[in-house]
Amino acid sequence: MIYACIHGPSADLPQIAASFSPAFEQAAPDTIVFRIDGLKRLHGSPRQIAEAIAQRARAEIDGAQVNVAIAQTADAAILAARNFPGVTVAPGLHVLDVAALPLTDEMAQVLETWGIDTFKQLAQLPQTGIAERFGPEGVYLQRLARGAIHRPLKIFQPETTYEDRIELDHPVCLLEPLLFLIARLLNDQCARLLSNAMAANEVTIRLEHEDRPEHVRTLRLPVPMRESKSLLKLLQMDLEAHPPSAPTIALALSLKPVHPRTVQTGIFLPIAPAPDKLELTLARIRGIVGEDNVGIPELLDTHHPHPYRLADAQPHVSRPSQIPNPQQAFRYFRPPLPATVSLERNRPLHVTASGIHGKVLNSAGPWRTSGDWWTTTAWNRDEWDIALTNGALYRIYSEPTQHSEPTQRWFIDGSYD
Amino acid sequence: MNPNAARVTTLALRPDAQIRECLPTGLAPLDALVEGFPRGAISEILGPDSSGRTTLIHSLLAASTAQLEICAYVDTDDSFDPVSAAAAGIALSQLVWIRCGHNAGHALKAADYLLHAGGFGVVVLDLCQVPPRIANRIPISYWYRFRRAIENTPTILALAEKEPVARSCAALMFDMQRKKTIWTGAPGFSLLREVELEAASRKPVRPDTAIFKARALA
Repeated sequence: MIYACIHGPSADLPQIAASFSPAFEQAAPDTIVFRIDGLKRLHGSPRQIAEAIAQRARAEIDGAQVNVAIAQTADAAILAARNFPGVTVAPGLHVLDVAALPLTDEMAQVLETWGIDTFKQLAQLPQTGIAERFGPEGVYLQRLARGAIHRPLKIFQPETTYEDRIELDHPVCLLEPLLFLIARLLNDQCARLLSNAMAANEVTIRLEHEDRPEHVRTLRLPVPMRESKSLLKLLQMDLEAHPPSAPTIALALSLKPVHPRTVQTGIFLPIAPAPDKLELTLARIRGIVGEDNVGIPELLDTHHPHPYRLADAQPHVSRPSQIPNPQQAFRYFRPPLPATVSLERNRPLHVTASGIHGKVLNSAGPWRTSGDWWTTTAWNRDEWDIALTNGALYRIYSEPTQHSEPTQRWFIDGSYD
Repeated sequence: MNPNAARVTTLALRPDAQIRECLPTGLAPLDALVEGFPRGAISEILGPDSSGRTTLIHSLLAASTAQLEICAYVDTDDSFDPVSAAAAGIALSQLVWIRCGHNAGHALKAADYLLHAGGFGVVVLDLCQVPPRIANRIPISYWYRFRRAIENTPTILALAEKEPVARSCAALMFDMQRKKTIWTGAPGFSLLREVELEAASRKPVRPDTAIFKARALA
């Protein structure tokens, strides 16, 4: 194998290397190395290849010094290009100073005390002694000085962007033709995601209008996805729920790439909805019941009467837990039912509300709670558990009397079921 | 030709009577009565207010989430209480909660999407607070559609309501009743301690009933 290295202060080095080989390694911003085995029939001997590379570099770069080196290994070519001016073929690295190697301060100091100045002197030292004194790093540097390190190139991959924009000839008012264009952009970007083994967890679409600010919608996906059909359906449902307010003259689509989620599956594991299918299903349901009404319940660390929230997330499997003894369930009335409660010795005697009325057979309470008085969402209530003559168990509560109100306000919070 | 040939019929199991895998609820008397809730079928839990319908639904969800399944709760009247659900042992992170804002039509559509998406262990359609005159207006075709969507899958569709709505489409039907309410403490200082619930299997018909106790929320 024969490698060529170009070293010079230019941003055009990747273009120069790409004109000789599609696969090259950018060892540093000013250093590029690539294989030239296949160029013999085109350019001739290694020296002729080196001359052709140098000629091309001189044509591309005006005035700057560019070194070209040809060697049997990639690292030898890099060292030669960095330390020998002009064109070098099969360089003799033994004359180079050890300072050309990436030595640590401690190693440089020790080598100086040993009187080791050149690659040749370092290469002649016993490998066992180097290993004992410097460890694996010292052995690596000695092999580097000998030009004995054979490694594959780290192929340069240009950074992939996931942003595309289309300008339209005529303003588009309807969503359907816009979706055709969005599908085109999504197909391209999802193909790029697939080729780079990536997925997207955020999709942003910008619809530009003539005389109004652009309409921006961002979908944050709970699981990374890269299926263009699923993403298109999600965008369609979002745009149907939040349509643009004016005809669109240009649109831009961008994806946020992340690594895809990998899940270990097994034949004995319980079934679960596919994440992308579940997200589509939940998006459809959000379109019916509202965006804030779908999610997973989360308990909050508070004494508030409603210590939970609906989190906008996908369900996920937690550790299996022991099933406790049966607990009586509670059902809320949302909103709480206003009630008229007659009292006897400060205990509920009779309750009347919409669809509920009866004499109190038994009661437990009051359970007085209050909190968050330092915020606008303060609560203060006396709760009672009651059994009515209609056969049901309810939780009722009263709020403290305001100065402007003659009687206590009572509500039925829900029923035990 | 044998003139009696036309009278010969083949005895075979009806499709409804096929043996199904069941999910035990963890309530020993109930599981002894019917072996649990049949998978791939509709189950109905009936009863008036405070009869224990929701308690039984919570036990079913707890049993399903304990097997690492994902479940869904279609909450027609925004009545679901996550606190008592967590106390019953439901892993809330495995539960999709859909609040339908007192709209039974939305609840049916949401249930339809969930059942056709597949992959759920239990889908609960809570119609407890829907008046029977509205629940009875739901076309029977919905229940046939739901039954068709989940048959041959491990999904259980559990309906909780006052009166039966799925009727012939349901493979299991429980009548719930609260037998006893236990209060402790002296009069004036009493505390709701626990309730005793009775589940009678209306379909399949069982002569016995299952009686179990449920502790009140702390």
